[in-house]
Amino acid sequence: MSEKVLMKGNEAIAEAAIMAGCRHYFGYPITPQTEIAAYMSKRMPKIGGVFLQAESEIAAVNMVIGAAAAGKRAMTSSSSPGVSLKSEGLSYMAGCDLPALIVNVQRGGPGLGGIQPSQSDYYQATRGSGHGDYHLIVLAPDSVQEMADLTFKGFDLAEEYRMPCMMLADGTLGQMMEPVSLDMGDVKTHDKPWALTGTQKKRPHNIVNSLALEPQQLEQWNIERFKRYDVLKKEAMAETYRMEDAEYCIVAFGIAARISKNAVNALREKGIKAGLIRPITLYPFPEEVIREAADRCKAFLSVELSMGQMIDDVKLASACRRPVHLCSRTGGMIPTPDEVVAATMKIAEGGNN
Amino acid sequence: MVVFEKPKALTDTPFHYCPGCTHGIVHRLVAEAIDELGIEGNTIGVAPVGCAVFAYNYFACDMIEAAHGRAPAVATGVKRADSSKIVFTYQGDGDLASIGTAETVHSAARGENITIIFINNAIYGMTGGQMAPTSLPGQITQTSPYGRDVDTVGYPVKIAEMLSTLDGAGYIERVAVNNVKNVRNAKKAIKKAFQNQVEGKGFSLVEVVSTCPTNWGLTPEKALEWLEENMLPYYPLGVYKDKFADKEGEK
Repeated sequence: MSEKVLMKGNEAIAEAAIMAGCRHYFGYPITPQTEIAAYMSKRMPKIGGVFLQAESEIAAVNMVIGAAAAGKRAMTSSSSPGVSLKSEGLSYMAGCDLPALIVNVQRGGPGLGGIQPSQSDYYQATRGSGHGDYHLIVLAPDSVQEMADLTFKGFDLAEEYRMPCMMLADGTLGQMMEPVSLDMGDVKTHDKPWALTGTQKKRPHNIVNSLALEPQQLEQWNIERFKRYDVLKKEAMAETYRMEDAEYCIVAFGIAARISKNAVNALREKGIKAGLIRPITLYPFPEEVIREAADRCKAFLSVELSMGQMIDDVKLASACRRPVHLCSRTGGMIPTPDEVVAATMKIAEGGNN
Repeated sequence: MVVFEKPKALTDTPFHYCPGCTHGIVHRLVAEAIDELGIEGNTIGVAPVGCAVFAYNYFACDMIEAAHGRAPAVATGVKRADSSKIVFTYQGDGDLASIGTAETVHSAARGENITIIFINNAIYGMTGGQMAPTSLPGQITQTSPYGRDVDTVGYPVKIAEMLSTLDGAGYIERVAVNNVKNVRNAKKAIKKAFQNQVEGKGFSLVEVVSTCPTNWGLTPEKALEWLEENMLPYYPLGVYKDKFADKEGEK
């Protein structure tokens, strides 16, 4: 293990991206992710990379499309309102089967919302966000270390499955500082015979495109793409904590999972058998581990920084075989461990949240 | 002796354009410029949303199809990924001068070393003839059935004039393809816009005043007359900016 350095979450993402071979960053300023752009603007010129501040979120994501189509590892980062603007580009990226990393350091919404941490873009991220039949790979870190690790892995997954990958973080993770090891290992390289590198008049021209006016063709493309999504399911990741004998299963991701972990410990001290499932990939959602928990647990509690969005996936994965409750704060508010404990106790006592 | 042949930079795919549409001429001029500069194998084109969306099937170089108006941003990404590539966009007036105005203006302001071919035919062609940002005052279209009323919908956008005010813009010329003389001038301008990029000089845009006989409701011949009588007075031809010429003493 290499030496650890103290870094902000946003900076850890930026440095890990560089270590993953990303040399093309296009962005637009928005709180609370601006440190990523600031870091890239310092580092990229020193290592022969490209940092470009675009005129808009829309332009930034389209620049990523251009660089990705040319075969480069490219990324952009933003926060909730900015990701809405990028969603057009995400749909095109998915339709063109282009790999790239998009970071969303979430803040409260809807609309201009606020600048405090939130997880209320869960639907947007896991349901595709733009128009059409598609998904993004969605990764949800819960620590600065994991922001670095998942950034590195995100580029690999995006290239392996030829699809855009979204890092779904939040303002807390982006802004907090923790020790992090940047020992990332070797960068995997993927062949890109589809990339726009110039024909050199030695091969037929490559076309990067998402248009198919014949419905049979478009249907076929979508079916093929969804076959890849099926294969992607094996990449689902989740951490389980004290789940061996758990009767009450808390499901939480990102910063909500760290709060919930404290709550699980406090509940255990009170003699309540609580455990935690922390989805690390939100798409693909770790259905298997939820399904297994439904065999053994009495109830689920989804803990979120939203009005309750992931709760739908918990219900789907458990096929509603157990009651699924919600404990959440929204608008930039964060639930305390005590609130999670109280919500779990209420369920244990036979109440409803 | 070969007297006339199809440019190598065009594929064998037949154009889908309407009879009399000038896209065909401009495609050919772009392809001739690419051939003459010997850059086909190193060129990447960006197709727009609009009538020219299938340009990716017609040009033999590597191609990408951008979202509506986003071609200059996509071109920026491609060019920044590999500055040794020759990158061009081919866009219509709705694409470039309406929904993609920000991308157009800022790629010019950055002095992005790309080439933009801008087709101005004063109407949305693919969607069936709606009012464009460049539709003339009084022009009747599907969405201005009583004629473009400048008091309620404002005035046309003059792209060549507007962009030439930007320090970052390098070479801006407006041409037309309504007669042989103008076609020859257009060819010269388009080739120069590519040549500038090959020499690493910076942002070049050629606005081509064009016809849309189908949506103008005119025969191809009448459309050319209408262009001359109505479009050219409003959109005067000429070099609007050439900051590269001054350096070399040519004009």
